[in-house]
Amino acid sequence: VRFFEYEAREIVKRAGIPVTDFGFATTPQEAREIAVRIGAPVVIKSQVLTGGRMKAGGIQFADGPDEAAAKAEQVLALAINGHVPRGVLVDPKASVDHEYYAGVVWDGIRKQPVMLFSDMGGIDIEEVAEAHPDHVGRGHFSNVLPFSEYQAKQVIASVGVSGSRLNRLVPIVTALAKLFVERDMTLAEINPIGELADGSFVALDAHMEMENEARGRQRGLLADLGVGDEETRQAREATDFELAGEAVDAMDHRGVAGNVTEFDGDLGLVIGAGGGSLTLFDAVRAHGGRPANYCEIGGNPSVRKACELAKLVLQKPGVEKIAVMMSIVSNTRVDIVARGVVKACLELGYDPAEKISIFRIPGAWEEEGFKILARYGVRYADRSTSLNEAARLAVEGAA
Amino acid sequence: MSILIDADTTFIVQGITGREAVNLTRECLDYGRGAQVVGGVTPGRKGRDVHGVPVFDTVDQAVAHHGRPIDGSVVTVPPAFTKDAVFEAIENGIKLVVIVTERIPRRDVAQMVELAALRGARIIGPNCLGIIVPDVIKMGGIGGPAKDAAKAYTPGPIGVISRSGGMTTEMSSTLSAAGLGQSTAVSIGGDAIIGSSYAELMPLFEADEDTEGIVIYTEPGGRMEAELAKWVTENGSRLPIVAFMAGRFMDEMPGMSFGHAGTIVEGREDTASEKIARLAEAGITVAERIEDIPAMIRERLEVAA
Repeated sequence: VRFFEYEAREIVKRAGIPVTDFGFATTPQEAREIAVRIGAPVVIKSQVLTGGRMKAGGIQFADGPDEAAAKAEQVLALAINGHVPRGVLVDPKASVDHEYYAGVVWDGIRKQPVMLFSDMGGIDIEEVAEAHPDHVGRGHFSNVLPFSEYQAKQVIASVGVSGSRLNRLVPIVTALAKLFVERDMTLAEINPIGELADGSFVALDAHMEMENEARGRQRGLLADLGVGDEETRQAREATDFELAGEAVDAMDHRGVAGNVTEFDGDLGLVIGAGGGSLTLFDAVRAHGGRPANYCEIGGNPSVRKACELAKLVLQKPGVEKIAVMMSIVSNTRVDIVARGVVKACLELGYDPAEKISIFRIPGAWEEEGFKILARYGVRYADRSTSLNEAARLAVEGAA
Repeated sequence: MSILIDADTTFIVQGITGREAVNLTRECLDYGRGAQVVGGVTPGRKGRDVHGVPVFDTVDQAVAHHGRPIDGSVVTVPPAFTKDAVFEAIENGIKLVVIVTERIPRRDVAQMVELAALRGARIIGPNCLGIIVPDVIKMGGIGGPAKDAAKAYTPGPIGVISRSGGMTTEMSSTLSAAGLGQSTAVSIGGDAIIGSSYAELMPLFEADEDTEGIVIYTEPGGRMEAELAKWVTENGSRLPIVAFMAGRFMDEMPGMSFGHAGTIVEGREDTASEKIARLAEAGITVAERIEDIPAMIRERLEVAA
C-alpha cells in the first residue's frame, strides 16, 4: 500500500514527529481556507502516487489565499504521468537552513530493518549514496530486542552530525524506526527533514509504503486515513478486468484463481502456479505471442473458480483462444482445472476443442484430467512437453 | 547422503488437523521409507489422531510424548498464528522449521528468523513446499502425493534450490527424465524475507559428498542472487551451478508484483537482467529454457570431473 504524501505526513505526525501546519484540499476553495489559516506564503503540492511532481509543474508557490486557490485549481487539473491528483497539500512555505534525510527499509539479506540517515537531504538518497557515500549513515536493528535510542544516535553521528542538532534529530529518527516496525512499513522516509532558523526540526515531506500482507492488522490506521479496501495502491490502479479477476478469486477461500493483470494482446492465458506463470509468460513472449493477460492458479482452487477465471479470459475483447498451462502440480488437481475450463467453454456456448489451444498441466490426478480433455477432444500435453514447448504450441494455436 | 533431513529425521506437523495438513501428513507418511511424523499439534484437539499420528495441544506435549528431542516441524497454520507456532517450536528445542503458510507479514518472519538464529535453529520458508530427499523422505507438501512425487524425483547428484514450490518439481522432473537425479531438493519460499537463502544452503550442499552440482530457480526481486554470486566467488565453491531465471518480462514493469510476494522490481539491482549478469560474472551458467538445464549441468559436471 503506497500512501499519498498527505497520508504519510499524518502517519509521521501520529508517531510524534514534528510536522508543519499542513492541510489537504480537494477544491480550490478548501485550499484558500487552509492558506487563510496558515496566514503566510504557501506551497501547493499535487497528491499523486508518482514521482517527478516538481518537473511536471505539480508543485506551485502562492503568496496569499487568492493565489493559493488559483494555483490549487491549476494543480488539481494537471495529470502527472497519467495520474489524476487525489487533491493538493497546502503547506506553509518554510524557511529552511539545512535539509536532512532519514529512512528505514528492509534488508532482505540481513533480514533486519536498516536505518539510513544523511545530512544531504532533499535529493534522492540513492544519488547521495553513489556520489557521497560518506554522507550516508546506516544501521541495522533487531527484530526481537526493543529499539533503543543509541542506535539512531550512532547512525546520525556517523555522518558527522553533533551538538544540539544530534540531540534533536535522535528522537525523530527513533520515532521513524519505531513506526516502521509498528505500522508494518516496507519503506518509511522523511525527505527532507528541515532544520529551521530557530534550530528546530520538522518533517517537510514523507514517503510511506505498507506491506499488503499487514493490511488486516493495520485496519484501524487505514480506516482513519480513509484508505478503502478496494484500493490496491499498486504501481497503477487496477483495471475493470483485473477487478473482475479479484472477484473471481474471492468467490470462495479454496486455492487461488486470480492475480489477473491485463495486457493488450490477443492470447488468453489461464496459467499457474506462481513460478510457472512467470516462466510461461516469458516463454509465450519469447515465441512472439502477445498475451491478453497474466494470471495464477494454485493451491487447488474449486472447479467454480477455475471456470469463472477461464470465462473471464475467454470473454475479454480480442481473445480468440485460451491456453491452459501450469508447471507440474502437486496440490492443485489436474482434473479439477480441466473440468473448470471445459465448463467455461460450454457455458459460453463454445466447443472446448476449438477454444482451448493447448492444455498442459501434468501432476496430481492427471489421468482423470486427461480423460475429461480427451472426451471433449481438447489438445493436451503431459510433462514430456516442456513449459517452453507448450508456450510455443499456444502461440502457434492462437495464430 | 542429503542435506537437512534423512531417513532418521523426526518431525511434527503444527496445524495438523487442517485440510491441507491432513493431506500433507498422509503424503509424508507414504513417501520413500516413510517419514517419522511423531506428532501433530492443534490447540484444543489433543487426543485425536491424523492417519495414526497423535494430536496434541502443545509442542511441549508432543516432545514429552516422544520422550526425546524432535528434529523438525512443518508449520501450516493461518498467517496470524504462524509466529507464535514457530516460536513455540523453536523454544521447545526443534532445530528445523519448515513454514508452509503464505502471506505472513515481513516483521513476523524477521522475528522468527532472528529467534531461530539465536537458538541455533534453521527456518525453511515461509511460503514454501518443504524438502525432499528422493526415495527416502519428504518433509512438506513438495511433490504432492507419494506416487506423484515418485514420478518427478529420483536419487542422484544434483542439489535443487528454488524460490517456487511448483518449479522445484518441474525442474527436478526435467532432470530425472534426463537421467540426472537429485541429492536433496529444497523449496525455499517466494517471500521477500525467508529463513534460508541460496547462499545459506550452499555450505550444506558443499559438505554433502553425494552432491556434485546445483540447479536453482530464481526470479526478479530482492538481492538473494547477488548474495549467492558473492558467496560462490568468495568461497571458491566446488559445485557447478546452473540457474534458471523466470519473470524476465517484469523488467519492463517496475513496482508491479507477480508470482510471489518477494517478486517486485524496486530498484535496478532487482531486475532479471541485472541478476543474470551478476550470476554469470560469478561463473554460474544461466539457462534460457528449462529443457536446456540437463545438458548444461552435465557439461559442467564433466568439466569439473
